[in-house]
Amino acid sequence: MSSNQSNTQNGSEQKEKVSESAQTSLSKKTETITPEFESSIVNQLVTRFTDKVVQVVYVRPGRTKILVPPNEIVQVATFLKDTLKFDHAESVSGTDYPKDNQIEVIYHLSSYSDEKLSSHVLALSTRVDRNDSRMPTLIDVFKSTEYHERETFEMLGVYFEGHPRNERFLLPEDWADIPPLRKEFRIKGR
Amino acid sequence: MGLEIVKETEEDRLMTLSVGPQHPGSGHFRFTIKVDGDYVVYCDPDPGYVHRGEEKMCEYRNFIQNIPHLERPVIHDSTNITYSYSLAVEELTNIQVPLRGQYIRALASELNRQVYTLYWLGIYGIFLGHSTMFMWPVGDRELFIDLLEALTGARVTHAYNIPGGVRNDMPEGFKDRCLRQVAYFEKRLVEYEDIFYNNPLFRQRTEGVGILTKEDAIKLGVTGSVLRASGIPFDVRKAEPYDIYNEIDFKVQYMKTGDSFARSMVPFLDMRESCQIIRTLLDKMPQSGEVRAKLQPNPKGPAGESYKRVESGRGALGYYIVSDGTPKPYRVKLSVGSFRNILALPYLLIGSKLADMPSIYWSLNYWPVEADR
Repeated sequence: MSSNQSNTQNGSEQKEKVSESAQTSLSKKTETITPEFESSIVNQLVTRFTDKVVQVVYVRPGRTKILVPPNEIVQVATFLKDTLKFDHAESVSGTDYPKDNQIEVIYHLSSYSDEKLSSHVLALSTRVDRNDSRMPTLIDVFKSTEYHERETFEMLGVYFEGHPRNERFLLPEDWADIPPLRKEFRIKGR
Repeated sequence: MGLEIVKETEEDRLMTLSVGPQHPGSGHFRFTIKVDGDYVVYCDPDPGYVHRGEEKMCEYRNFIQNIPHLERPVIHDSTNITYSYSLAVEELTNIQVPLRGQYIRALASELNRQVYTLYWLGIYGIFLGHSTMFMWPVGDRELFIDLLEALTGARVTHAYNIPGGVRNDMPEGFKDRCLRQVAYFEKRLVEYEDIFYNNPLFRQRTEGVGILTKEDAIKLGVTGSVLRASGIPFDVRKAEPYDIYNEIDFKVQYMKTGDSFARSMVPFLDMRESCQIIRTLLDKMPQSGEVRAKLQPNPKGPAGESYKRVESGRGALGYYIVSDGTPKPYRVKLSVGSFRNILALPYLLIGSKLADMPSIYWSLNYWPVEADR
């Protein structure tokens, strides 16, 4: 395994609870590499929404990740779409963190209409309570999330409030078990 | 007791049809449509017939063990589906790929994209009733399968990309053989154009059918040939070059009409461009050197996450991998082109004629097994 300088900020977001302010995490990043364009995007977000709402998880060349509370996600997404020109979601996924009793839902956003953004993927993430996992849908902001959110609903049991169809999509209609991508679901025999 | 007169309602006129999963024209995929006379008024995709839980399986195996089963969703494009996985794992575990390894990897992915596109073209041809266009691409596909067999040792599922490079070096005399077969294939492409793309019957059935405008393509977030057919020249190889693609000069092929014809033409133009890319890659490739980095027996890196994408036969193919510092990934998410493009199916089918269904559905470059994962 050779050494690599570009990975010092490899934010282990389940342990390093993203509590430090956006400014410190940004200045830490700029010591190693200076992704100026990426920093300008998150700076705009933090200026608009304060660092209590938008927490910056990491800034790397071409990739940024922010964490927002579920009740603010629609406003942040609208700002991302209208002002920063992120126009579609490439993927919506969820990660189960039983230790924190949380499920992280991540929207990977990118842009076709703005050429400068085409190499950039912004991860808009939020964390919902594992026992009462519900959050507002982003389908009105990004139409492209429709099937992805439906998949996240059945695979992780996150209920998207306002989504027209929180229904089975890939799983069988008679699936009668817990959502399979939760960590307590075990594959038989493993 | 008098006779009751029942008036025909709107609902009575509609007929519900279930297309698939056994129907040969759908693949392992079902969608329900309602028709009013000739016109489709409702469409509801129902994937999942070949869902195998790839993402869950990944959590039980280490980074290297995951490669063979991850190419099962799309065995005809198996090099590309493991490409972005390798890129993501390399970022997580800090592995640098040697230059020759990068070139061979790109070469294998170009050859494999041809295999996939030819297979797709064969299916597209046969479902539009053009059986020559089934026989020819499936026959010519053997050219590239043979090349990949010589390169990787396997005909279809190669498991060739690994984090750190490729599994083995090119065999002796591969370059000449590759150049010869690509030159032959380019002549065949001219014949394809004559017999298929310039066929008036084919053009009638596809031109002006299922138009996806530029704005809607962006809104629906489609990718690959569907996106480029709607006038957006977006190709991951150009937009965000991975490995050595920033040194390869090529044009992103796109069209502006956004109809089924454009969606079937763009993969064809891609194949032609890909022949050029293969030549450039063979030309620029370092003649000797390592093809893969030395790996630990069980590679692992610090906890973190990575999102990497490549351009596959069906568009951007992304992997989102979360690692908790152990040799097994904590979470793997595949964002595949098929799953993204199927959002456009109800949008395009509703309002079009039932007879246009095959030409719209197959032009979406949809691979059911990949979408289900």
